Amino acid sequence: MQTILDNLYGALIRENRWQLYLQGLAITLQITLVACLIGIVLGMLVAVVKIYAVGSRNPVLKALNVICNFYTTVIRGTPMVLQLLIIYFGLTFLPSGVVACYIGFGINSGAYASEIFRGGINSVDAGQMEAGRSLGLSRNSTMRYIVMPQAVKNILPSLFNELISLLKETSIAGYIAVNDLTKLSNGIKGRTLNIYPLFVAGALYLLLTVLLTQVQRWIERRFARSDRG
Amino acid sequence: MIEVKNLLKNFGDLTVLKGVSETIKPGEKVAIVGPSGSGKSTFLRCLNLLETPTGGEIWFDGEEITSPRCDVDKVRRKMGMVFQHFNLFPNLTIQRNITLAPVKLGLQTQQQANETADTLLRRIGLADKADTYPAMLSGGQKQRIAIVRALAMNPQVMLFDEPTSALDPEMVGEVLDLIREVADAGMTMVIVTHEMHFAREVATRVLFMDEGVIREQNTPEALFGSPQDERLQSFLSKVL
Repeated sequence: MQTILDNLYGALIRENRWQLYLQGLAITLQITLVACLIGIVLGMLVAVVKIYAVGSRNPVLKALNVICNFYTTVIRGTPMVLQLLIIYFGLTFLPSGVVACYIGFGINSGAYASEIFRGGINSVDAGQMEAGRSLGLSRNSTMRYIVMPQAVKNILPSLFNELISLLKETSIAGYIAVNDLTKLSNGIKGRTLNIYPLFVAGALYLLLTVLLTQVQRWIERRFARSDRG
Repeated sequence: MIEVKNLLKNFGDLTVLKGVSETIKPGEKVAIVGPSGSGKSTFLRCLNLLETPTGGEIWFDGEEITSPRCDVDKVRRKMGMVFQHFNLFPNLTIQRNITLAPVKLGLQTQQQANETADTLLRRIGLADKADTYPAMLSGGQKQRIAIVRALAMNPQVMLFDEPTSALDPEMVGEVLDLIREVADAGMTMVIVTHEMHFAREVATRVLFMDEGVIREQNTPEALFGSPQDERLQSFLSKVL
């Protein structure tokens, strides 16, 4: 018991090491949030292109659709670490590794988010669109007032899942020398000469994901309630 | 009012409509009957362009609505449609279901639309449901709301796509009663239905479709009383 406490003391308190975890955590959260926002915007755009391209004869839309399909296929079909390395070492004009992370993780989660949006919108019964159109509403109005409000119920829980896995995925930021929570705790490990710092980092990740899962459950429950009327 | 000229519709390699021509005059109540897969629902859905015809022309009110220049959304305002599966909007209250289109299209203010909705709901005895959601209603109630929702747009013609096929038997009556009421008020209607007795009673003309063409059409008395077409005879012997 005494050893455990000593080791925790070494991992957390000595030389104010707890501050390092918080620094790393701040970077991890920053990357997660910025990438999540980029991913949502990107995912929404891609999903809209893919949905509107179905059955369309517009050549611009068709070309965009090809690009979007290429994007999701490549991003979902290659390792995230590799994408991150390519962006960091390829786009040398980027000011820092953190910015490379914003972009890399943003582009990556955009590909997954687009499938979540597309699936969510497509899961709304086609009869809803038909009913809206039969009343003379345009496709956009029907989307906005009828389809999207229903799609959100399917989208939000999955989007939260994506956020949770994104948070964990950012731990590879150390590959491009970004001092996120994992990288810094691994650094502290070099000083304490035991793996306790890694446990501390693990506990912090776990705390965050458990919190997010609770929020997700709460959202799901709320939606279930409004479904019952 | 509606003129259909040589209407063709393919789904991939499958030809569903093989050249249908038909004229529907104001005030007519046209029932379309026929075996499943005969193209009758597709024909109906082509009339308000929920399905895009592969070939042929549809004219409505002197305008060719199959022309690329036609503003389809404007045309649909004048054609109400009732679906087999009601297709009420589950995310909106009954009142909002009825008022959404008139308000968003700028035809009525929310207050005017609410009054129209209230009048219509009173007529069908569901005024107390205005603030509930579709999930709280029975199938028959849902379909009656769906009919009222279409009527709120003040259409010139109503299209019914098997309006009672998804209902429990004990709820068919209330929906047919409402459709009959709408018919008696002089509305032009096209109804795809399996309810032969209803077609006989309400329709002014009945079309029999099979394999993508109209094989016979006549007054209900004549069509049901002395069918000429062989397929119609065999169809009627199965369903009557």
